Amino acid sequence: MRGCSHRGLGRFLAGKCVRMAVLVLLVSFSAFMLVSLSPVDPLTANVGQTALGSMSPEQIARLEAYWGVGTPPIRRFISWAGDFFRGEMGTSLLYRRPVALVIQERLANSLGLMAAAWLISGGLGFGLGIWAGAKKGGMADRILCFYGLIMASTPGFWLALMLLMIFAVRLQWLPVGFGVPVGVEAEAVTLADRFRHAILPAAALSLTSISSIMLHTREKMIQVMESDYVLYARARGESFRRIVWRHGLPNVMLPALTLQFGAVSEIFGGSVLVEQVFSYPGLGQAAVTAGLGGDVPLLLGITVISAWIVFGGNMTADLLCAAIDPRLRQAQRKGQTS
Amino acid sequence: MIRQKKGWNQRLFLLCCAGIFIAALLGITAAGAMWEEKALQTDFSRKNMAPCIQYPFGTDWMGRDMFIRTITGLSLSIRLGLFTAVISAGIGAVIGVSAIMGKWVDGVMGCMIDLVMGIPHMLLLILISFAVGRGFWGVAVGISLTHWTSLARLLRAEALQLKESPYVAIARKLGKGWGYIAGKHMAPHLLPQLLVGTVLLFPHAILHEAGITFLGFGLSPEQPAIGVILSESMGHLMMGRWWLALFPGALLAAVVMMFHVIGNTVAGVLNPKQAHS
Repeated sequence: MRGCSHRGLGRFLAGKCVRMAVLVLLVSFSAFMLVSLSPVDPLTANVGQTALGSMSPEQIARLEAYWGVGTPPIRRFISWAGDFFRGEMGTSLLYRRPVALVIQERLANSLGLMAAAWLISGGLGFGLGIWAGAKKGGMADRILCFYGLIMASTPGFWLALMLLMIFAVRLQWLPVGFGVPVGVEAEAVTLADRFRHAILPAAALSLTSISSIMLHTREKMIQVMESDYVLYARARGESFRRIVWRHGLPNVMLPALTLQFGAVSEIFGGSVLVEQVFSYPGLGQAAVTAGLGGDVPLLLGITVISAWIVFGGNMTADLLCAAIDPRLRQAQRKGQTS
Repeated sequence: MIRQKKGWNQRLFLLCCAGIFIAALLGITAAGAMWEEKALQTDFSRKNMAPCIQYPFGTDWMGRDMFIRTITGLSLSIRLGLFTAVISAGIGAVIGVSAIMGKWVDGVMGCMIDLVMGIPHMLLLILISFAVGRGFWGVAVGISLTHWTSLARLLRAEALQLKESPYVAIARKLGKGWGYIAGKHMAPHLLPQLLVGTVLLFPHAILHEAGITFLGFGLSPEQPAIGVILSESMGHLMMGRWWLALFPGALLAAVVMMFHVIGNTVAGVLNPKQAHS
């Protein structure tokens, strides 16, 4: 929102895009530098100590050239980034397949999960936050505040473990884990199967992500309800429902949108843990495997993709705010004419 | 008048709660530090016992007392959380306040904040842990380097606003140096914010420590960390040993909640606008 008041929409957009591209470049650079800092030796990690011992010095020198040992990290980064830009993300060392393919497949699994959690937590959190804030101090407000505090303190993966224990192990209503039924051919997997496998992870993810948006919306709603314009509306005799609908909702919506789009990063982080609990074959689980197994190309690929998702979320929020908020629209129009 | 009296009581009540919680957290930390060897004690004559009076949290497949393991793990988490939160708050303070040093510095700092926030938290922790070479330092460095962003943003906004405030401008015109202004006009505003921000960092630090350890990046399996306990329990849930996961996680949530309440109480007490409520 900041900085866009005296520019036209086109320039605003272009500026955002440039900023996003620069940030993604910086993210990839820092991630690359972090990974190059690692004390893990690429040769021993990928070829193995015993195999290295049996090789001739020439072979080792060739391998060292292949893995870029001895080349300064900056030059390695430039060549990696150049390849990445052309869509060549390298080959995953653990999955023995192109990184782009692994990410594509994993992202398809994760996106559904994350989108569901994002929508459920956003919608429910916003609605409940308005309810609690409009009737501050009421029974519902107290219960919701308590719930928010508990959820803000509960580790998402522990909640996932509890859900797993209750619904999958004890009651056996839902499957224990994985994205698809075990022992069924890929073609035979139905959409219903996938849905059933995603219920528990999505529930664990949404239940914990609700609290921040709910508490934030409640806070804003209380401010609105204590404002002069609501007092005036009350004095005019507007009904409670109308006050919430006409005065509360529009004022609370914009900050909530910004917050919820910003929460993409948190939901991604939560999905890493929740996917691990349910052995759900998503992007987060691939990141953990890559990190534990020292699969540098895959780890870097996932980092860059997730940065795009996070910045994309932030930018969508900015654009939506600019499109919805009449104050910003007006400022932009002024900027264009002057 | 009646409302005011009631509000004062609520304030006192919250302060009492915070005091009790601080005592409880100190107790857990001290007890855990003392029981460190006891937590690793195995006794195969008492393995896989469900919770009972003697072992309130049950025992695991190696006959370790889960209650003692949990307390030791929490103690470790609290100490690590304190350590990382303080370092993180220090970084946040330096970066946030340095925004007043000029547009150029502010731009660079803003970029750094965006950069750290651009990578999902868990992924950045994995990256840093990988860079440092896993283990205790991987977690400590990772959490210290990733939690300062929101605090830095808060302090930055506050510091910039202070810099533009009339009384700082007047002090400048009166010929006071920046050192004087920083000590006399800025510190009284910024320090309470920093304190509250630091306390509210603990919950995040502890939760992320548990998370990254759960994934297997953090402390070694011999360490009685909560994340390790929970990830070990995963293999035993299918056999119906629910107590291995339920109690350690619930106690972790309780500890984090205590930190939340303490943080909110400190914030309420330090905020002069709420002094009357």
